[in-house]
Amino acid sequence: MSEKIYKPGNYPDLPPPPGTVGVYGWIRQNLFSSISNSLLTIISVVLLYYLIDGIIGWFFLDAVFDADSKIACRKIDDGACWAVITRRVGQFVYGFYPEAERWRIDITFLTMFIAFAPLLYPDIPKRKWLLYFSLFYPFFAFVLIMGGYFGLQKIEYSLFGGFMLTVILGVCGIVCSLPLGILLALGRQSNLTVVRTLSVCFIEFMRGVPLITLLFVASSMLNYFLPPGTNFSILVRVIIMFTFFSAAYIAEVIRGGIQAIPKGQYEAADALGMNYWQKTRFITLPQALKISIPGIVNTFIGLYKDTTLVVVIGLLDPLGIGRAALADTKWNGLSTETYLFVALFFFVSCFAMSRYSLWLENKLNTDKK
Amino acid sequence: MTFFSNIWRNEKSREIIVQIIVLFFLGWFISWLVMNVNANFEALGKDISFEFLFIPAGYDINQYLIDYNNRDSHLRAGIVGLLNTGLVAFFGIILATVLGIALGIIRLSKNWLASKIAYWYVEFTRNVPILLHILLWHGIIINTLPHPRKAISLGEVTFLSNRGFYIPKPLTETGIELVYLFFVIAIIFSILFAKYCKRKQDLTGIQYPVYWINVSVICFLPLIAFFISGMPVSLEIPALKGFNFRGGMHMSPELAALTFALGIYTAAFIAEIVRAGILAIDKGQREAAESIGLKPSKVMNLVILPQARRVIIPPLTSQYLNLTKNSSLAIAIGYMDLVATLGGISLNQTGREMETMLIVMLIYLSVSLSISALMNWYNSKVKLVGR
Repeated sequence: MSEKIYKPGNYPDLPPPPGTVGVYGWIRQNLFSSISNSLLTIISVVLLYYLIDGIIGWFFLDAVFDADSKIACRKIDDGACWAVITRRVGQFVYGFYPEAERWRIDITFLTMFIAFAPLLYPDIPKRKWLLYFSLFYPFFAFVLIMGGYFGLQKIEYSLFGGFMLTVILGVCGIVCSLPLGILLALGRQSNLTVVRTLSVCFIEFMRGVPLITLLFVASSMLNYFLPPGTNFSILVRVIIMFTFFSAAYIAEVIRGGIQAIPKGQYEAADALGMNYWQKTRFITLPQALKISIPGIVNTFIGLYKDTTLVVVIGLLDPLGIGRAALADTKWNGLSTETYLFVALFFFVSCFAMSRYSLWLENKLNTDKK
Repeated sequence: MTFFSNIWRNEKSREIIVQIIVLFFLGWFISWLVMNVNANFEALGKDISFEFLFIPAGYDINQYLIDYNNRDSHLRAGIVGLLNTGLVAFFGIILATVLGIALGIIRLSKNWLASKIAYWYVEFTRNVPILLHILLWHGIIINTLPHPRKAISLGEVTFLSNRGFYIPKPLTETGIELVYLFFVIAIIFSILFAKYCKRKQDLTGIQYPVYWINVSVICFLPLIAFFISGMPVSLEIPALKGFNFRGGMHMSPELAALTFALGIYTAAFIAEIVRAGILAIDKGQREAAESIGLKPSKVMNLVILPQARRVIIPPLTSQYLNLTKNSSLAIAIGYMDLVATLGGISLNQTGREMETMLIVMLIYLSVSLSISALMNWYNSKVKLVGR
């Protein structure tokens, strides 16, 4: 190799060697850097090709979007038969909520975003006013959905179903379980033996049994534990169970956050003469909650996904509606289409939640920047 | 007055007072519950008794590991269900671990395309409820696989159909004991050999290829015995008889669907755990190991993995526990696990909600509590000791 000799002085920057920049360089670096890497790339490409080819064909090109039955679908084309969804899309969204009253659900759902906005986005303008609306929102939603006041027709719980039921169960469970989870986490860290033991027992019990057994308890046994004659709706019982279940998980997440706070923080708070509640309010919780946000959101996503279990005790969530549709001889055997449709709904909402959590985590991560 | 306010201002006595109040309310609450249960049971003419466990169950279970027929007791039905839970958890855990570790490593690979595919697999899988996975797989097996007569055959020995999967069943003949014996000997030898080599290395620094010697001993010694004793294993290949297959090992559609669903779902979580565990190791550790001249395999085995293991194993165990608890969703597709037998059909037949649910919950609770106790012990053992 001939070496070029440079005299002292200023020289223009040389371009980078060919093959390390631009599209070509990127491909070489990321896809074909070694033999095994190239092999992996080729396998991935082949896999993707078949996957995409099959998916596009089955989902869209060969799919039938409207027909009277599965047999009619198959006569038109051999792809997916989405007619089972399109013919029942109202049921999938609203359950058996009366058609004339569905606008009430729409309004409740849309205003939900306004109610949640100030809680989820701290920088939103006019936050204070919106917060008042958030406080008032639960009553507003309850009246609007249930009816019975202000001349609104009263709707029975048993008519609730579809995605609307999923959202109701999920949101109620999430909203109720966070405060309970915080209390349990504090109880578990408490100096009072009795309180600590109680919290530990509750948390370990809830985390130790499958949710489905708790739902069985809610549906068949809870009435035994209440004074004779009490009877309240299965929906409320299920929400209580969801709340208890996810509160136990949230408590463990928050406990992790509390334990991660350096000891010096407590000592400093003690030195300032703060009492327990002041310490909790101003020192422990702000830091612990910030650390545990990803875990809390993960628990929420888990709770939201677990709402599908209510189908086992006979509530008509989207899975229940789907199974009812499949039990119809006209649509018998279209399970893949039905379940994929429901899966898409869950994917979109859960993915959005996890993205939000990432965003919030980055925003609150003040000590790294 | 000052006496009481002094008591309240003293931290110790205040704590005692608060705890007494809490205890009082707890006792009141529990007695309230018990009174309600008593009143309700009296009104319904029910009592609490576990005698139902010993009367004949009277229902059939299509998948069992120990002998069972419908004249057996509810207790035995429950045990069959518990074993079925164990069976599906076992298969699911194997599938989830293999798939999860592979995906976790692929996500960290330098290959952009492969890592993106793994990423989207994880996102798609874990954002969809497990119950949907189970129903989807069950539907695919039941509705899209062909009838046994047109079953998909893999090399004419394994058949996939909508009645389940049929795989060859190994049948052991006389002489197999020799193979078992040699296998045990090989294991004992390799343990002793590994200890010997370790001591030798500590004393002299000489390294032997322990791993390869042991692997070949464990593989070849039983193989030699296998040939010496005249190949005492034959395969029973499933064959189509009438409308269904006979012979071989049968995996019912429910078991297959449950295994796939649980394995694939949990693999997404395990992939994230593995990835986080490897990323948690400081970059300097790898660089230091490379700079003192260790081979890549040694860097992985001696430096990265022992440290990553500490981060990975606790959440991994809790995923295994989750998988086991999630297997209770089997009831949605009619796989007879613990919840579906004792907490399902037995409950409906005997009307003893209280007792059956109590037993089911206690079993799950004791399994998860003992495993988390084990984990705590492991954690305290491997914890970095701060000095």
